[in-house]
Amino acid sequence: MCLSIPSKVVKIDTERNTAVVDTMGVSREAGLDLIEEGSLKLGDYVLIHIGFVMNKIDEEDALESLKVYKEILDKLDEQDRKTMLLEDEQVNGEETEAPLGDYYENRNG
Amino acid sequence: MKTVQLSHGGGGEETNTLIGELFYTHFENDILIRAEDAAVLEVNKKIAFTTDSFTVSPVFFSGGDIGKLAVAGTVNDLAMMGARPLYLSSAFMIEEGLPFDELEQIVRSMAAELAKSGAKIVCGDTKVVPRGGVDKIFINTAGIGEVEKEGVSVLNVKEDDVIIVSRDVGRHGATILMERESLDASADLHSDCETLWPAVEALIEADVSVSALRDATRGGLCAVLNEWAQSSEVCIEVQEAAVNISDEVRGVCEMFGFEAMELANEGTFIIAVPPQHAQLALDTLKNFDFCKKSAVIGRATQKYPKKVVLHSAYGSSRFLDLPKGELLPRIC
Amino acid sequence: MGELRLKDLYDGFRDPDTIFFLAKQIAKEAEKLDGVLRIMEVCGGHTHTIMKYALPQLLPKSISFIHGPGCPVCIMPKERIDHAIALAKMEDTILLTLGDMIRVPGSVTSLAQQRAAGYDIRALYSPIDAIKIARENPDKTVIFFAIGFETTTPMTAAVIKTTVDHGISNLFFHINHVLVPPAVDAIMADGNSQVNAFIGPSHVSVITGAKIYADIPHKYQTPIIVSGFEPVDVLQGILMILRQAVEKKAELEIEYTRSVTMEGNVKAQELIDTYLQPRSHFRWRGIGDIPRSALALKSEFSHLDAEKLFSDILPNEPIDDHKLCICGTILKGLAGPMDCKVFGKACTPNTPLGSCMVSSEGACNAYYRFAGVQN
Repeated sequence: MCLSIPSKVVKIDTERNTAVVDTMGVSREAGLDLIEEGSLKLGDYVLIHIGFVMNKIDEEDALESLKVYKEILDKLDEQDRKTMLLEDEQVNGEETEAPLGDYYENRNG
Repeated sequence: MKTVQLSHGGGGEETNTLIGELFYTHFENDILIRAEDAAVLEVNKKIAFTTDSFTVSPVFFSGGDIGKLAVAGTVNDLAMMGARPLYLSSAFMIEEGLPFDELEQIVRSMAAELAKSGAKIVCGDTKVVPRGGVDKIFINTAGIGEVEKEGVSVLNVKEDDVIIVSRDVGRHGATILMERESLDASADLHSDCETLWPAVEALIEADVSVSALRDATRGGLCAVLNEWAQSSEVCIEVQEAAVNISDEVRGVCEMFGFEAMELANEGTFIIAVPPQHAQLALDTLKNFDFCKKSAVIGRATQKYPKKVVLHSAYGSSRFLDLPKGELLPRIC
Repeated sequence: MGELRLKDLYDGFRDPDTIFFLAKQIAKEAEKLDGVLRIMEVCGGHTHTIMKYALPQLLPKSISFIHGPGCPVCIMPKERIDHAIALAKMEDTILLTLGDMIRVPGSVTSLAQQRAAGYDIRALYSPIDAIKIARENPDKTVIFFAIGFETTTPMTAAVIKTTVDHGISNLFFHINHVLVPPAVDAIMADGNSQVNAFIGPSHVSVITGAKIYADIPHKYQTPIIVSGFEPVDVLQGILMILRQAVEKKAELEIEYTRSVTMEGNVKAQELIDTYLQPRSHFRWRGIGDIPRSALALKSEFSHLDAEKLFSDILPNEPIDDHKLCICGTILKGLAGPMDCKVFGKACTPNTPLGSCMVSSEGACNAYYRFAGVQN
């Protein structure tokens, strides 16, 4: 609903009750007013929203979710993926191939 | 601390001292020091002529300053027309009280940047205004170049042309945004501000057939693609995953709700080339630090003329329209 | 898989292969549906994700979206925007608010236009800046025009706490915080509602806990899934809705388990309860009055309440929208932006007739900026 983004806690200032959080190399200070004292530690992943830490992200849960997806995708080997693509073309009649032919390079980060 | 005073703009002794000690010293060349009312020049080919004014705040930022911008910006506009940058004018509007050190640093930046293209500042003007008249310093540069390669034009993008972007996008805009106090965050981010002429020169020398060239400034990559699509009446289809965005720029965009493709650049350019020349273009560009990560991002087609289409990595597509209004971070 | 990296929290839940796979699963499951499934995403952030990632293009035609009223700027009635403008025009006053609010037109003008006319109006990234500005301008009246759903309310409460604890005497608050569940009730109470299921807001739920939706499935026979707002989350949420719909179930489930619990952030909830209380009535633009759907400062904090302190200059006549604007109908989920006669013509992000177009979380704005490539 709102622009809340995952960030990593890199510093905690107990006196001012703030934390410094990092999002892909961008650092910002965020207030800890909404967090139980002492419940955050360095390296925790949190959601921040308009300058405050909203909660701590359940790291195990996130990892588990990602793991489940990865396992499913690994099980689908190349052949299955090609079949899915083919089905998609037949169903939607859309061209799913990138229009660039030889010059399309691998996606970068 | 020595500062710029109103008298420095008065046209009298202080002005001459300022010009001599600062501008003539750092911009040294035969034409400038003649100190005539106008520079008399000779150009052998068609002339490209451009102007730009620079009002960036903050004046000094990570990766450059207003001086570097003022030279690179005008030099790049000439380069984007396939013209060798030759002569620049430079007009300064300075707020009284600007520390002399800062002015000198700006002038030094300009000199350093000129050296990258060989262009010379051959005439100029200096005005000093009372406090509040300008925000520290504004610079206008105008530039003349000789057209080495004709036909490079926003009207020339043809169906099947390959679109190449010289590097990761959104750097300059993200850097400036971060340096503004109100956003109160920090990042290891620096502007992409750079003189692009050497790369363009190399493309010309390698005989790459270039349909269009443009540096992505305000409005970012998004603005350039839309301008091309409109003017050349083609559709530009872009593979979203092929557009290079650095982690730090992504971080700024995530944090503040911006779109990297709409953020300004100052040393990033876009090229449209016929498909048979695409590989040659890429190979040529890889020799320069500031565009060694050049990548193909899309192609011109006739699918939806005058529109830019963004294809996501998972089979959906949307129109990428011109950004509108001021940059506001999204909120709840 | 090893340790989590920050990038995984972004890329992992935007992974193209996963998105593709989920879209296929949805297509398979949707074959078992009899009829169309209309899903309302309540929250503006979800609308944004759906449009930005063009998710409808990946879904079967039997699934359609109805955009809900989860955009706090969109539902702000014009007369309350006029409040902000009236406050800003007071002598020696600094008016502060969050981002998009600046651009929304009231009955005559907008805060952005008044700022251009010279009034001291500032858009903040965080309400914490209000404290700083109040301290830096002790001779000015500083007013924070607070907006937002339950995600944003605790932040305002935290700033109120600081104001009270530190005795900051020149900072005041105009509270316009609104609540999700009463809005859902108002939409469904209409009787015409076509909604079959809900995607519950991501970050409202982080604060309130999913418990606030507990009676929705029973009351309306609609599944409600609290989803994150990355594309993988949204698609997973839709898959969970589908599975319920196929089995004719109506339950509350949480997809966004990495951040949402049933209980929510108790400390944040307590902060809100200390300083704010529900108002008996609040007018929502387009929807009309919804009882107990918004908050106000508690009476013991009236001395901070700009709405009370400056009531003599605040207009209160309800102001209707432009005749052709159907934002209200769109907000109720009974029409889409494409149904509006002025969409994209007289009404554009640069010349908005209604808030749905101004705010980047509004359905019309999202449609306009991310309009799908039609076949």
